[in-house]
Amino acid sequence: MQPKPLDARALAALAANPGCRRRALLDGAGVDKTALADALGAPSAFGQSQFALVRGNSFEARVKADGGAELLRLVHERLDPAAAPPGSAAVPDLSAVGPEGRTARTALALREATGTGTWALLDHPMLALDVAGSVAFLEPDAVVVHPDGSWTVVEIKSFPMLDGSADAAKVGAAARQAAVYVLALERVAAQLDPAPEVRHRVLLVCPKDFSNLPAASAVDVRKQRAVTRRQLERLTRIEEIADTLPEGTCFAPDLPPEELTAAVEAIPATYAPECLAACELAFHCRARSRGEGAVTSLGRSLRAELGGLTTVDEVLAAAHGRAGDPDDPAVAALRRASALRAEALGGAPC
Amino acid sequence: MSLITTLARLEAVSSGRAQPAATVRHRHLSEHPLVFVPLTTAGEAGAPLGALVGTDRDAPRLLVVPQPRDRDQRFAFLAELADVVLPYIDAYGESVETAERSETDPETGKRVKVEVDLCTDAPQLIVPSRAGLDLVRLLGRSMRFRRTAEQEPEAPHPAPPRVPLLGRWLTHFGERARVPGSALLLACTDLLSRHWATGQSSLEDQHLGALLAWIDPPGGESGAEAAHRAERARDERGQLLWPPAGPATDPAFDNKLLAPAIERYDRARTALAAAEDGVEADDRSGEVTAAERRIRDLVEGCTRPTWDAVWRSLDLLRALPEGAHVEDRWTRDRWSFTGHRDRVLAGEPPQPRRDDAVTAAGKLATREREQARLDAQEALDDPLVMAGRRLAGEAFAGEVTDVVMAYGEGRRPSPRPLVTVRTDDRPHLDERVKVYRSLGGKPQAAEFVRYEDGEAGDGTGGGGALVVLRVVDKMGRGKEPEEGSVPEKGDRVCFTLFEHEQRGGAKLPDPERTPWTHGGPPVAAEGPPAADPVTEEDLL
Repeated sequence: MQPKPLDARALAALAANPGCRRRALLDGAGVDKTALADALGAPSAFGQSQFALVRGNSFEARVKADGGAELLRLVHERLDPAAAPPGSAAVPDLSAVGPEGRTARTALALREATGTGTWALLDHPMLALDVAGSVAFLEPDAVVVHPDGSWTVVEIKSFPMLDGSADAAKVGAAARQAAVYVLALERVAAQLDPAPEVRHRVLLVCPKDFSNLPAASAVDVRKQRAVTRRQLERLTRIEEIADTLPEGTCFAPDLPPEELTAAVEAIPATYAPECLAACELAFHCRARSRGEGAVTSLGRSLRAELGGLTTVDEVLAAAHGRAGDPDDPAVAALRRASALRAEALGGAPC
Repeated sequence: MSLITTLARLEAVSSGRAQPAATVRHRHLSEHPLVFVPLTTAGEAGAPLGALVGTDRDAPRLLVVPQPRDRDQRFAFLAELADVVLPYIDAYGESVETAERSETDPETGKRVKVEVDLCTDAPQLIVPSRAGLDLVRLLGRSMRFRRTAEQEPEAPHPAPPRVPLLGRWLTHFGERARVPGSALLLACTDLLSRHWATGQSSLEDQHLGALLAWIDPPGGESGAEAAHRAERARDERGQLLWPPAGPATDPAFDNKLLAPAIERYDRARTALAAAEDGVEADDRSGEVTAAERRIRDLVEGCTRPTWDAVWRSLDLLRALPEGAHVEDRWTRDRWSFTGHRDRVLAGEPPQPRRDDAVTAAGKLATREREQARLDAQEALDDPLVMAGRRLAGEAFAGEVTDVVMAYGEGRRPSPRPLVTVRTDDRPHLDERVKVYRSLGGKPQAAEFVRYEDGEAGDGTGGGGALVVLRVVDKMGRGKEPEEGSVPEKGDRVCFTLFEHEQRGGAKLPDPERTPWTHGGPPVAAEGPPAADPVTEEDLL
């Protein structure tokens, strides 16, 4: 099996559920979770429509056409209007063999472009980021080097910007993803002397209204950067998780399902409904979580309300007075809620 | 989510069926709603692929765009949609009654009552899911600035005549849907999850098929199993048995079925264009028709299950009795509809791309007020909702244990009886906090005086707190309170800490008098707002 490298989307999702050891380990070990989910009999629902793919690619190609003239114009206009307008910009060739080679080539191109006092556009550079003990290779859509030597991450998305505003959820996801790139770029910058500034405002480029023309907006990702950095730092070291596993644990999708399930179950997961939108294994974890009667499978907020009661049976037993300590505030509140609900449904006058 | 709803969800898990989250229906349902089940093409800004639309559950109208990238076909789709939707809307605009509305007299500046038309009923649009609401808004935005050939004969790609008008209406519906408690445009998933609590998270409730499976599982199956099947089951070709409610389609459907069908259609059209004589053209146009037929079948196969699910949901919802205040909120929807009908008739320009400061502030204030109104009215209509408020300490119910007549200290002594209520609830009461109860549909106010102590557990029937209240209004003008206006010993009463009726907030200035702090008066635009620029590859 080829290891599946971490990408920015996976990293951002990882940061969204940092307590999940299963995800941390499987991602860190480069396990193909889609294949794993298929083998477990709970295939993931992710997939991209070829229409979306075609549209996304054609939009990106359009934005970067003519040596990125339009893209640089937008960067100049939105982020750095004081600088000289980008007439012609350097577009270094970043092709190399393998991700390590491309990472090195990118670092070199960044070093060369910085300090020349001109604009440079790096099309699909490759960045490396150490995540919980394993290296993730990241490929931003573009990185622009400003004449003052600072760097900007550019994120090109194909959802529309309508009358200057876009879907908040999608912009949020794009910002989290860009924050990962900013972090990775900061690592590259730290190796240079003097270290160039990595701008914390990234450029989000989307189609304008219903057309194919690009519209851009600067997005401040300081908050996302801080959150992601913190989450990535506190991710449990993968070796520590691996140490708790039985010797010889293996996640090959061609194993018999029982063995595979046992192997996956050996690493604890932290399932919440939000996982459905972010993780390939979510359906498997959901089935497990429901099987155990965990209340979190109904939403994270429930946990907060229910105190120390974590399973459906526990909660219902406490609510109906069959179990639980009546002095526990959570139990007392549940009993009151249960009584009020019964009264309302019984049609008592109100 | 209140603890009561949480409990309902957990009970749904253990019983395998959705549990009631309301005892009455909190939204108006029209006798003849227009159901709209749209599909879009992935990756495009709301480029329609097709739709089922209509008011007759047995005979929906199928609209299809065989090649979603073709501008003429998209326009044809929108024109057909306008042919279905606009006559439906217009029919409601014709029947009016006279109603009174207070307006500011432009000469005297006083509030005066004027008689105006109010439509006797309003149209109602139902879409399957919340994403459908967004699409209605998006379609409205994409159409309302289009120019028809009549408006601008020179412009390339004119829109069909009624398309901009449909855009304005859909925009109005989309905006109205943002007002809490409104019912001009409703999403089926919102309706169902308002009235039932399922054993899954609210995120998963966005799936109409799964939600419905919990509420009404087929043939004795458990809701969890049925929902799982609705969500996940695929046939041997890898296609979902229950297509998603849209407007987005399943990627497997796009890649395996739709893409080849569109490709075949494109090839057939190219071949037809290249045909050299009539006989050949006849053959090839047969192929185009066949290819188009195939796409129509695919779109229908994808929308029909959702169409049926929406109607089944409406059946379930209709079985619930309507809440007492629903009619009142529907009247507000009728005002909203009538207002927009009048603006269209008066020839006003389409809604702007961005609201000016005063309009935006007005909309926000309306939404806040309507939210408070909805919260209060739902609680009054539905003991289950009231139970949630009681749990939260915002209301209390109990039995009247004592009534002592007392009088106010004013020049003319008016009745201010002291009422003692025994309640097991724990309201957040403080000195002179106002509480309200419903008396013949009108709120009667009382003031909290004190907690009576020493009474709890006296053997007369359970513990609880004794709350002493002073009733302050709705007792008539006389010295003695009117019959039935003061609770009597032994009565069950329910008081709320929130007001039952909402007052309007501070009045906003006219848009022409917007203060400079808020950008100043809007600059009057010359002529109609500009149409969106048209590019070669643009979509929709």
